[in-house]
Amino acid sequence: MLVHGAVYARGLRRYSTYRAATLAGVLTNSVFGAINAMVLLALFGARPEINGYDATDAVTQVFIGQALIGVTLIISGPSLDLSTRIRTGDVAMDLLRPVPLQSWWLAQDLGRATFAFAWRGLPTFAVGALLFDLAAPDAPLATVVSLLLVAVLGFALRYLYTLSGFWILDVRGLWTLMGFVGPVAAGMMLPLALFPAPVADVLRLLPWASLVQIPAEIYLGKDTLPGGSALGGLALQAGWATVLLGLGAWVTGRATRKVVVQGG
Amino acid sequence: MTTEEHTARAMVEAVGIGRDFTVAEGRFPRRVKRVVPAVRSIDLTVRPGEIVACLGPNGAGKSSTMKMLTGILSPTRGSLRVAGLEPSRRRTTLARRIGVVFGQRTGLWWDLPLRDSLELTRHLYRVPAAEHAHRYAELTELLELGPFLSTPVRQLSLGQRMRGDLTAALLHNPRLLVLDEPTIGLDVVSKATIRSFLARLNREEGTTILLTTHDLGDVERLCERVVVIDRGSVAFDGGLDGLRARDPGSDIETVVAGLYRDGAARP
Ligand SMILES: Nc1ncnc2c1ncn2[C@@H]1O[C@H](COP(=O)(O)OP(=O)(O)OP(=O)(O)O)[C@@H](O)[C@H]1O
Ligand SMILES: [Mg+2]
Repeated sequence: MLVHGAVYARGLRRYSTYRAATLAGVLTNSVFGAINAMVLLALFGARPEINGYDATDAVTQVFIGQALIGVTLIISGPSLDLSTRIRTGDVAMDLLRPVPLQSWWLAQDLGRATFAFAWRGLPTFAVGALLFDLAAPDAPLATVVSLLLVAVLGFALRYLYTLSGFWILDVRGLWTLMGFVGPVAAGMMLPLALFPAPVADVLRLLPWASLVQIPAEIYLGKDTLPGGSALGGLALQAGWATVLLGLGAWVTGRATRKVVVQGG
Repeated sequence: MTTEEHTARAMVEAVGIGRDFTVAEGRFPRRVKRVVPAVRSIDLTVRPGEIVACLGPNGAGKSSTMKMLTGILSPTRGSLRVAGLEPSRRRTTLARRIGVVFGQRTGLWWDLPLRDSLELTRHLYRVPAAEHAHRYAELTELLELGPFLSTPVRQLSLGQRMRGDLTAALLHNPRLLVLDEPTIGLDVVSKATIRSFLARLNREEGTTILLTTHDLGDVERLCERVVVIDRGSVAFDGGLDGLRARDPGSDIETVVAGLYRDGAARP
């Protein structure tokens, strides 16, 4: 466990060297969030309520989504260095450590996510709060726990995308696809409440929704959550985290037994 | 027989290990799979305290063999024990008992000062703090790391980085050190530093060392025993004297080149 703490600290320190990129991220996410919010405000101008969401709810979720882009990194291209390391064979060095591959990268990525949340997520949300009327959190404590689970889930999904590199080597195609499907299914682009109800109900149960839609509903105190409460939402997130990390551990075992570390 | 007894007998015990790669060739409709035997069959026993050098032409299967020994590549055939364990099945446990450096790669944190990577090994291998501090100070001095401990690894020269990697592999005091081309790309001074360090490590701490190299200087300075691998099989295994005796008239480079050529002439 100690070693994971030390790896977490190094992940945090390592990413804190990327300050300019972080600032650029805040700017992009704020601008995109503002445009998105104005479109939604126009939409809600015509109908004051859609599937239990009013304009403030929708705009708040837009900025939660924008604030979580840097934390989850499910939008951009391959975002775990592990992808490159698998392609070049440097993953050999990771496999030579007396620590499981997944927990090593989880610890490091949580360090990165912490930095991204503090320096990219929070500032983006603050810009949103300055420009628009955002809702206050309904259950602050549950929201914090939910955000922790978001960081774990964001890692677990990207880790699985990345491991496919052991078989297909060039994972960029998969990332392009998932970089589009994931954020939509997460409710990051548009709250799932704006989708037709049957579609939204299915999407809510998939792992991507646990990255934005579920935490947003916990923040907003919606009764569309599983079991109608924040606790139900947290249980769904924790369930997916367990399943995905379990799957990740299993796939890692298969990958390292059957598959080849590249290069001399 | 317990694991300890086994370890005492042999550090590495490989019998007929081999590895095939399946490669796909050609474009989609005519894509065919072909099996490439990177390592055909290797027998190798390394006893505690030995220094053994593996030589062999490019593509002979040296790196693939080292990968099998360290557990990151599972053999297609043969039986293998390293430090009493079956490497590919017990990879993470084995990692605690051995130190590994692949000269072409680095296990150090690229963006962080060298110190960060070295200090992490204490938690990684659960070395008691005092012991770690002592060894850290000793290795820092022997390998002259002091001037660049605070430098981010990406700014280190190849020779500095290699010394860093070597230190990281040794801080937990492993009984077996596996080195794949540890002197690749180094100048004569850096090579000499690393060679004399390895010789000292073997002499004073009894660390078993298995290394691959293309540099006959490494072999002459360090090793009593040489294993020549050619096309995935052992072409020679014996003392440096035995190697010289094959052709007393010529120097060692000519003898080794002759061994490679013999291999090439085989069907
Ligand atoms: N992942 C792989 N897929 C297919 N073939 C491979 C793979 N890795 C290695 N090989 C083949 O296996 C053979 C042995 O490679 P290996 O890297 O072990 O050689 P080596 O002795 O280390 O060579 P060098 O001295 O150039 O480092 C080579 O013919 C190489 O092409
Ligand atoms: Mg090699």
